[in-house]
Amino acid sequence: MSTVALENVVKRFGTFTAVHQTSLEMDDGEFVTLLGPSGCGKTTNLRMIAGLLDPTEGNILINGQRINDVPIHKRNLGIVFQNYALFPHKTVAENVAFGLKYRDVSRAEMEERVRRALDLVQLPDSGAKYPKALSGGQQQRIALARAIVIEPSVLLLDEPLSALDANLREDMRIELKRIQDRIGVTTVFVTHDQSEALAMSDKIVVMSAGHVEQVGTPEEVYNAPGSEFVANFLGASNILDGTCEQADGTAVLIDVPLLGRITVPRAKAPAVRPGAGAKLVLRAEKLVLAGEDARKEDTISIPGVVETVDYQGQAVRYFVRSGETQLQAINMIDERPFAKGQPVSLHFRQRDCAALGAE
Amino acid sequence: MRGWGWQAIRAWTLLVYAFMFLPIAVVVLLSFNANQFGSFPMTGFSLQWFVELSQNDAILRAFRTSLLLGALTAAISTTLGVLASLALVRYRVPGENIISTMLIAPILVPEVVLAVALLLFLNFLSLPKSFPLLLMGHVIFTLPFVLLVVQARLVSIRRDVEEAAMSLGASPMQTFFQITLPLLMPAVLAGALFAFTISFDDITGTLFWKPGGVETVPTQIFAMLRNSISPEINALGTVMILITVGLPLLGLAIARKINQKSGA
Repeated sequence: MSTVALENVVKRFGTFTAVHQTSLEMDDGEFVTLLGPSGCGKTTNLRMIAGLLDPTEGNILINGQRINDVPIHKRNLGIVFQNYALFPHKTVAENVAFGLKYRDVSRAEMEERVRRALDLVQLPDSGAKYPKALSGGQQQRIALARAIVIEPSVLLLDEPLSALDANLREDMRIELKRIQDRIGVTTVFVTHDQSEALAMSDKIVVMSAGHVEQVGTPEEVYNAPGSEFVANFLGASNILDGTCEQADGTAVLIDVPLLGRITVPRAKAPAVRPGAGAKLVLRAEKLVLAGEDARKEDTISIPGVVETVDYQGQAVRYFVRSGETQLQAINMIDERPFAKGQPVSLHFRQRDCAALGAE
Repeated sequence: MRGWGWQAIRAWTLLVYAFMFLPIAVVVLLSFNANQFGSFPMTGFSLQWFVELSQNDAILRAFRTSLLLGALTAAISTTLGVLASLALVRYRVPGENIISTMLIAPILVPEVVLAVALLLFLNFLSLPKSFPLLLMGHVIFTLPFVLLVVQARLVSIRRDVEEAAMSLGASPMQTFFQITLPLLMPAVLAGALFAFTISFDDITGTLFWKPGGVETVPTQIFAMLRNSISPEINALGTVMILITVGLPLLGLAIARKINQKSGA
């Protein structure tokens, strides 16, 4: 169907630069997530693709065509907003049919397409209701139906799950992905929620302060973060300074004062150079606490003392002191969590580590 | 909490209401009096003053003038008010705050001052008094009411609803008529009714601005009072009350109906 591209796009508001020079490409049918904290420029990018904001510099392309000067109502986009943005004075069926009124569609076909769209979002009998009579999750399904019924070139989702309750959010996430798979529309999804991004995306664009930090598949950005920001934003990580002693095509050897020499697969440490400083990234989930005397094969073990226990139900987040360094570990609970002040040993596998070049 | 202090407040409240509404009740009551002097005691029930009213050419002419003036004031004020609100709320206008203050100012300036000022201004331009200028005067001091009501409503209409409409293919103009205006309708209606009743009631400004020979209902009543207190005036007062109270109530009912439609 469609590809989307940003070419050297810059957006400034007065003297403030919301988006620094950015280039992105999204393939046909791809589900691309713009992920980052609030104020990172992800929504600005989305609104520029939508035509709700004009880029200060650069081009926006859909199917290779420059669309900077095409007004929003001629771009053929489906947009789903955080607060649903349904028309309160129109029924659900009128809401869904709205976009079809501006397209060359016969009355019979319009009814048929509205019916199919409502079926797709699993609300087939809601046509005569007004939006206010529906729950938040239902309203968001209608908003999705309204956006896809026009068969848009690109589907833009602006934090569509953020206004929903936690449980509903996970259901809707699966639902949204199912529908997107089914219709195969190129989708740009904006969120600040890393788990949504990891679960749904073909490609994640991690943004921070108007810059793109990293572009990659969910596994790439999770396992081989390209920067300290990415390592911390997608889950919790321990980042330890060290020095790269050796490096070849398959592995790098990094000396970290606290841990000793760690061998990291080259794929997870592409930017590290021998002789230079490096930062070892050790994910909190990969650091396992065990009883003081436990020992395991092929793992690195260091001693530590539990300082803080943050109980989360199925898992616990520990802050453990080892020497001068505080480390984070997120572990599933086996029987009962470790207690504050308890001496433990910390284990991790070298191949679970990643490394960043020093900045 | 049911001590004597509470009782005193109640009694006081009743007195205040009595002071405010008794004179009005008296006017309505006396308009049905069969006595030819418009005062107590009542000598019997009669509609004769309403009949005479409907045969009084001067009053009928004043009535038509007032209705026309009120309707035109409402139409122009509402149109300008909606456009100004859109500009002030939806777009960045240089000097936004100053424009907004200037548009609201006629509420704050005493009406006499406003009336004299406009009159002097017209003199300065050597324009003779005329009906269009009277209309202009009424628009100036009804506009703030429309603006305040419409702006308040417009702020509550989310921008993303309009953006959604545009993304679906509606041009900005179609978006306005399909989405913004229908959602704004209760405020537009309320604004129009405000403008109409304020214009219909007004006497201060009208006395200054009206050209010779043109009378509105309030100025006509004022003129009649100079000669004598005719019971016809009571009847006219009753009709005025009916219009200025009845219309807003009707408008309120319609606005509520519109709101209910979008499923409260």
